[in-house]
Amino acid sequence: MKLYEYMGKDIFRREGIPVPRGKAFFSPEGVADFVSGLPSAVVKSQVLSGGRGKAGGIKFPGTPAEAEAAAGELLSTVIKDLPVHAVLVEERLQIDKEYYVAITVDGARRKPLVIASAHGGVDIEEVAEEHLVKMHVDVHAGLQPYFGREVARRMGLPPDEARQLSQLLVKMYHLFRTYDAELVEINPLVVSGNQLVAADAKITLDDEASFRFPDWLPRVEERTEKEQRAAEIGISFVELGGDIGVMANGAGITMATLDMIHHFGGSPRNFMDAGGGAGTEATARALEILLSTNPKAILVNIFGGITRCDDVARAFARVKETVGIPVPIVIRLVGTNEEAGVEILKQQGINAYRTVQDAVARAVELAAGKEAI
Amino acid sequence: MAVIIDKDNVILVQGITGKQGSFHTAQMLAYGARVAAGVSPGKGGWEVHGVPVFDTVAEAVEKHPITSSIIFIPAPGVKDAALEAMSAGIKTLVIITEHVPLHDELDIMAYAEKLNVTVIGPNTFGIISPGQSKMGIMPNSIYTPGPVGVVARSGTLSYEIAYNLTVNGIGQSTVVGLGGDRVVGLSFTDVLEKFERDPETKVVVVVGEIGGNAEEEAALYIRQMTKPVVAFLAGRSAPPGKRMGHAGAIIERGKGTFASKVAALTAAGAKVAVLPWEVAELVKEALEG
Repeated sequence: MKLYEYMGKDIFRREGIPVPRGKAFFSPEGVADFVSGLPSAVVKSQVLSGGRGKAGGIKFPGTPAEAEAAAGELLSTVIKDLPVHAVLVEERLQIDKEYYVAITVDGARRKPLVIASAHGGVDIEEVAEEHLVKMHVDVHAGLQPYFGREVARRMGLPPDEARQLSQLLVKMYHLFRTYDAELVEINPLVVSGNQLVAADAKITLDDEASFRFPDWLPRVEERTEKEQRAAEIGISFVELGGDIGVMANGAGITMATLDMIHHFGGSPRNFMDAGGGAGTEATARALEILLSTNPKAILVNIFGGITRCDDVARAFARVKETVGIPVPIVIRLVGTNEEAGVEILKQQGINAYRTVQDAVARAVELAAGKEAI
Repeated sequence: MAVIIDKDNVILVQGITGKQGSFHTAQMLAYGARVAAGVSPGKGGWEVHGVPVFDTVAEAVEKHPITSSIIFIPAPGVKDAALEAMSAGIKTLVIITEHVPLHDELDIMAYAEKLNVTVIGPNTFGIISPGQSKMGIMPNSIYTPGPVGVVARSGTLSYEIAYNLTVNGIGQSTVVGLGGDRVVGLSFTDVLEKFERDPETKVVVVVGEIGGNAEEEAALYIRQMTKPVVAFLAGRSAPPGKRMGHAGAIIERGKGTFASKVAALTAAGAKVAVLPWEVAELVKEALEG
């Protein structure tokens, strides 16, 4: 889960990472008052996508009244399809230099990775490889001050900045570990006077670790309402917009099922990975979500391993008997407890397919309105 | 011969008294795998499908000649269970559990590197050497012994491929699931190196998907391999910026695309199948060639 900048900066402040004086507002009320206490101000829309400056999401008002007007204007805009719910009003910094620093996970090396550059303030993907400092962290050793000094040396920083960067990295790493972050990024990290200050804050938390933070869960909505309902029952669901509702078990086979639908000339309405080991209850609720998207046909592709075919079949029987299944449905069912599952479906008048190519081809025909055989 | 596990593999099941642990212990036993013991804290003295249960891994290891452990513990307890197994001297670890926190995975892998432990997963279907041993949740019926090594990021998709090989009369030496998470214990290259050295494996099948650069890195090693490689990749039609189930299965900033992976693998000499059922055909050609 990505956090908004103001949430990230709240965490930075708590962890002792220097940030500009600032406050988040959810309505323009009080902005002028707050700005009158600052030498000069910047008003930043709080959105998760990058490039908000280019999209007009950052304003530099001259007076407190202008700041309040700018906040009102930004709070009524939509940036890249997302309405702006909050603005961050901050002291405008004097910027002498802009650096880049981030901690992320290098999956290939299975280690935290620090990426830093003296060429900050721009999209880091556009910075040439020779201007990037990359150093892996050993989780047993942790990130000690020496590590930060070495990063600073490779960046070519003067001694006072090196000392500050070293302290900053130790704090960033502490945050990265204690908050279960996937990414902690500061871009730009500015030199203002002789102070390093985090002018932006990008933090992505690991959703899988949310059980460790029962009392402190920022709500950031990136999902549609149906995606949210699916997430609540532990199912991964992405809306795609075609006409064949798809359910499969396992991310890889679900993706391959979508590919096969395209191959046969059809168009999937969604990605739905009903997950490993989904029982009758979860499968039934997943099917109800699928039905609520009004597909022209439904294709189910189950290769049961940890998922048991009889559990899946029972879910379909239940939904058919209770709420009904008003669209054509094609089920491919093989694997663990296959015979029992096929039998349960047969009692419901549904013939399960064994091979995926037959099932996909049939679903594409049905969605195109071809007569049932 | 096979890679990582063979007929001499003696298995411990951590979380054996849970629903999944118990069910798949029965499946592994039915396959003929040597499940010697289980661990479930507080349930020492129980038996599950005739397998004795202990409170700690150390106790299980004292009493049985265990060589490997499979973990069916809920995500919050996986780090504890994995470190317990490694501390007790177990050198092969299969972690079935999905939704394990990223930082727990970092801690597990750092300890595994230090103690030289092979970790399969997390979020994997496991590993099977057909006819010899099985540590995982894959259906028993879809494999048969033979000359093809299979390494996959995704479980059910690998079932599809293995099943197709089997019905076409082509057996497998070992089928390994790397796991769908961003941090897992083995890379494609780690497993390809093992297949390259395994005398029984004649052809290798790589089952990959969009996102990350694991397949591109594998391609660098495939260049040097003497054995033919056939690949299948999922996600050809996936839109950019959408996470397709697996944490890593996302095309970000134009990286990790289907086209880039196909190009890298093809340039390395691998044959890439367009549809899953074409894999068996390409493998057959490679075996005959």
